[in-house]
Amino acid sequence: MSEVDPTDRRNAPALSLHVPEPDYRPGDTPDFSKVVVPPAGAAPRPDTGAPARETFPLTDTLVRVLDDEGRPTGPWDPRLDPETMRKMLRDMVTVRVFDDRMYRAQRQGKTSFYMKCTGEEAIAVAAAAALDRDDMNFPTYRQQGLLVARGYPLVDMMCQIYSNRGDKLHGRQLPIMYSDKPHGFFSISGNLGTQYPQAVGWAMASAIKGDSRIAMGWIGDGATAEGDFHSALTFAAVYTAPVILAVVNNQWAISSFSGIAGAEKATFANRAVGYGIAGLRVDGNDALAVYAATRWAAERARGNHGPTLIEYFTYRAEGHSTSDDPTGYRPAGEAQQWPLGDPIERLKQHLIGAGEWDEHRHSELVKAADAEVRAAQKEAEKLGILPEQGRENIASMFDDVFAEVPWHVAEQRDQCLKEAGL
Amino acid sequence: MNMIEAINSAHRVMMARDPDVVVFGEDVGYFGGVFRATAGLQKEFGKQRCFDAPISEGGIVGTAVGMAAYGLKPLIEIQFADYIYPGYDQIVSEVARMRYRTAGEWTMPMVIRSPYGGGIFGGQTHSQSPEALFTHVAGLKVVIPSTPYDAKGLLIAAIEDPDPVLFFEPKRIYNGPFDGHHDRPVTPWAKRPEAQVPDDYYTVPLAKARVAREGAELTVLTYGTMVHVAVAAAEENGVDAEVIDLRTLVPLDIAAIEASVKKTGRCLVVQEATRTSGFGAELAALVQERCFYHLEAPVERVAGWDTPYPHAYEWAYFPGPKRMKLALEKVMAD
Repeated sequence: MSEVDPTDRRNAPALSLHVPEPDYRPGDTPDFSKVVVPPAGAAPRPDTGAPARETFPLTDTLVRVLDDEGRPTGPWDPRLDPETMRKMLRDMVTVRVFDDRMYRAQRQGKTSFYMKCTGEEAIAVAAAAALDRDDMNFPTYRQQGLLVARGYPLVDMMCQIYSNRGDKLHGRQLPIMYSDKPHGFFSISGNLGTQYPQAVGWAMASAIKGDSRIAMGWIGDGATAEGDFHSALTFAAVYTAPVILAVVNNQWAISSFSGIAGAEKATFANRAVGYGIAGLRVDGNDALAVYAATRWAAERARGNHGPTLIEYFTYRAEGHSTSDDPTGYRPAGEAQQWPLGDPIERLKQHLIGAGEWDEHRHSELVKAADAEVRAAQKEAEKLGILPEQGRENIASMFDDVFAEVPWHVAEQRDQCLKEAGL
Repeated sequence: MNMIEAINSAHRVMMARDPDVVVFGEDVGYFGGVFRATAGLQKEFGKQRCFDAPISEGGIVGTAVGMAAYGLKPLIEIQFADYIYPGYDQIVSEVARMRYRTAGEWTMPMVIRSPYGGGIFGGQTHSQSPEALFTHVAGLKVVIPSTPYDAKGLLIAAIEDPDPVLFFEPKRIYNGPFDGHHDRPVTPWAKRPEAQVPDDYYTVPLAKARVAREGAELTVLTYGTMVHVAVAAAEENGVDAEVIDLRTLVPLDIAAIEASVKKTGRCLVVQEATRTSGFGAELAALVQERCFYHLEAPVERVAGWDTPYPHAYEWAYFPGPKRMKLALEKVMAD
């Protein structure tokens, strides 16, 4: 502090620090009428090779396809065939059922931790549908839908969550921090934002080698404040990297609302403007809009027209993780008020309206997903749950630090085994 | 060749041998690097293989992670080791642990080169020796050459290594060995046998130390510029010291250390970095654990002071002949 008393300073107004606050706290009645939801179909769709600046108006609106009655409208309607949409619906339902089962498994003490993506299922699932199978994702912990959509075995996902004998990561990662190269799913980091420049680097490598595959990097709204976000956008812009950079704006970074990451001042999609890359802001609860926008960005990347920053605007319907109590910082029932609705219900409504689905088939789908997830859980639990881990694999803790075990790690392994009486 | 030319030659050899080696970093492309370590590479191998990067060390390392995940072998330059901190999270949390956290599914065969150390009037932001910040991290290999021959051979070995390697280059000896006497002219590398560097491919294996000077009375464990200061100090002070140039700090050549200390019975650890929690502390602890009953005197340390690197008082800071002499006398007196 200065030695001068602030009140003795010259005749000028006292400065004050602005600390953003969400509109509603526990006990308040949430009202999202301030959230501007433009009509479906209103946003124009530029050519995928258009100059980036043509997309800049789209960073302030919302690309929406499904209207309130579930009818697709406007230039972004991807006109998907019913089978693709039913697959997306099935994957979204599977993710929700999977999340519920694993959340319960954590509560039953079968694992240490879990993170649901409730309310955000359309984003990962529809993006996966829009990408080619061999494109690479650099995800966060809330894109389990990418794995489900690409057919990664649910048993393998659960084994990772249980850190059991079937866990291909040998119990080294927190539950939900999956990794699977064959399914184009890069290892998840607990240090937020690190995957963003990595996605750009992968895309740059693909371009260096004259490949045709592209990368997609994922980040949450809160983590956009990390330096890695900005270095990723710089590198993506500088080298015209064939990459899609997704910001999943689910309004909450643990207990801090999106305003703490800067959302009061500008949309996250607006960030694209300063870097001169294409930007889109998309209704993240509209599977068809997510598909259309991702597909647009993928075509743009594949055509060497450069990267796209997409803000998927959504709402985190549940807590941050099993360690979080959202009633401590936001009103109960806020998710139900979210003006963009529930992504599963909206796609279901659309398919029913199109005569491609009905309530009976839907309840059969939910039942089938439930049975599939239960069967997978039974299978995974045969290989153990976290608290039941034996000691026979302790030595594996010392593998993979380096390609070969050096003397100092080997000595420590021997000491560890001795301590464990093995 | 001087050390810069040797490092440049290693790049050229490996870029020609392996099309997956890509070189990038600040100013490394068209200009060839502020120290010229990458001179001519862009012209020879094209902009897809050697290019300038934005001033973003986090971005340089982060994109290198993605490139390694794709299957390339990034060989990146951090312009000064003092600038490595914005890339520190990517190195420590991502590069170092990728093999481990994915049980070998993804590996990070990359080399992060960076000039380090003082003695060039670089002030506090162009003189640091941050190696201990990386030797403390599981999953990283740390290599520091002290001669042109080693620099090329070790760099080629590092590029071929399946693990990530931090390759710290002692910039004070880029052009010639330095005995610590800043008021005397430096002998250029050209007059030294270690500067006889073949143009072609060869390797110097990682994790193998080198006896820089044979001796019977005392073992000096050191690396980088300090190898030369230690050899000069032994000769100037008439001590029959064996100077071990560690070359690789992780994994360490423990056999060479044990053999030498058990032979001489005395040990002096020399590092240019600040003293507290430096790599020398690890060396002293290892010697104490493994050679205690062979020691005739306590292990002594010579190091930089525990202050940031001062510009004006560089030669009072630098662990030079006076500090070496006192330490040698102390170890030999016991």
